Amino acid sequence: MSDKRVVITGLGVFSPIGNTTSEAWENAVAGKSGVTRLSMIDPDLFTSQVAGQVKDFDAAELLGPKRARRNDRYTQLAMAAAAQAWEDSGLSEESIDPERVGVVIGSGVGGMETFEKQHTTALERGPRRISSMFVPMMISNMAAGQVAIDLNAKGPNFATVTACASSSHAIASSVDAIRLGRAEVMVTGGSEAPLTMMSVGGFCSMKALCTTFNDEPEKASRPFDRDRSGFVIAEGACILVIEELQHALARGAHIVAEISGVGMSCDAHHITAPAPGGEGCARAMRMAMTDAGMASGDVDYVNAHGTSTNLNDINETAAIRDALKDRADKVMVSSTKSVHGHMLGATGAMEIMLTALALKNGIVPPTATHENPGEGCDLDYVPGTARKADIQCALSNSLGFGGHNVCIALRKYKGDN
Amino acid sequence: MSLENRIAEIIVSRLNVKPEEVTDTASLKDDLGADSLDMVDLMMDLEDTFNLKISDEEGNTLQTVGSVVSFLKTKGIEA
Repeated sequence: MSDKRVVITGLGVFSPIGNTTSEAWENAVAGKSGVTRLSMIDPDLFTSQVAGQVKDFDAAELLGPKRARRNDRYTQLAMAAAAQAWEDSGLSEESIDPERVGVVIGSGVGGMETFEKQHTTALERGPRRISSMFVPMMISNMAAGQVAIDLNAKGPNFATVTACASSSHAIASSVDAIRLGRAEVMVTGGSEAPLTMMSVGGFCSMKALCTTFNDEPEKASRPFDRDRSGFVIAEGACILVIEELQHALARGAHIVAEISGVGMSCDAHHITAPAPGGEGCARAMRMAMTDAGMASGDVDYVNAHGTSTNLNDINETAAIRDALKDRADKVMVSSTKSVHGHMLGATGAMEIMLTALALKNGIVPPTATHENPGEGCDLDYVPGTARKADIQCALSNSLGFGGHNVCIALRKYKGDN
Repeated sequence: MSLENRIAEIIVSRLNVKPEEVTDTASLKDDLGADSLDMVDLMMDLEDTFNLKISDEEGNTLQTVGSVVSFLKTKGIEA
């Protein structure tokens, strides 16, 4: 394995709990929910009427009217978050060889809104009225392509598409690219804009979304809780700048945390249901710990996938027990989806960002809405209130339909070599 | 509204340019920043607004704002 180490040196976010890193972090710690009644589309059409929406996002203002018009909302969110992360990193086109900067951005679906609008046009007026911008706006790799144009990043560039694990795969692949020497800097994360008729309707049909808290949106996403009834669909983008450690030190970059290990696996079991006992998730967690040189006893905090669905929360709890053995009774486990909802292809990056900030700040964000443990949910979920703790090692899980499992291991960065 | 003004309005909206940039001699690609994808959608806008068909060959001759105006006039469109 490579001796190169990888650190996070820039963060950018547009999310239901804030459009800056500091705002999102403060809300996650305060347990302040960003989930509201669905308003981007007519909520009365759906059984689940709550959502995590990005507020006050004016794409034309942020990106310019032409760039806004030529990109789907999922790409717009990625562009805005990437610009923030790049600025936060302190890098510039002049300070690094563009060929040594790569971009990998995941999305579960890509330009869903564009697809739906253009399909409607095609049905109403015929296929000759499909916009020339339809294909470039719809494809799920355009966020990666457009961000590369914005930053003049000419290194490795692609998209990862593994449903709710998409952005964790993006970050995992970016870590690999740096370790393999393919780039010094990777701009990576995920973006999703799923608040459309087909997405919300499709997840409702699966009975995957929460339907029992339509009148109390802020309580709807309740991971590991007895009264959970499904996940809360959410949109947003989170982008990280990650960098080879020596490169970061040489330019005096501010380092948020180290990404020290990557694990990935597949359940090979069912298209949507997790494998019994969360065995696939447990294998990804063990792989990440081995890669990071962590023993299970080292792990202080697990940022869970914790979707608030019946099946995920039981099986992920079992996976954490399986992977961490005795340590499972001591480790803190929380799901920040309790406040930002399930940002699908962007959620892994969001949670890895919050995990990195937890390590840096010595504060574990809570499972804000958790009140009564559900059956089979018997870990310390940090219910309600954030906890001060000088944590050193953390894991962040992301699991996607298709049986995809990713675990990212992070360490507090202590300014050693 | 004059034909010129109606065309200018379409170009401003499609290409996100300022009205004062849309002069008779302005090149759609070089001066107003249209790429090949913009040109396709601009032709659709003109077809929809003026209710006519523009063939690919005809579209390729429309390089400046003025050429769009004169093309539409040859099609019998005055305003």
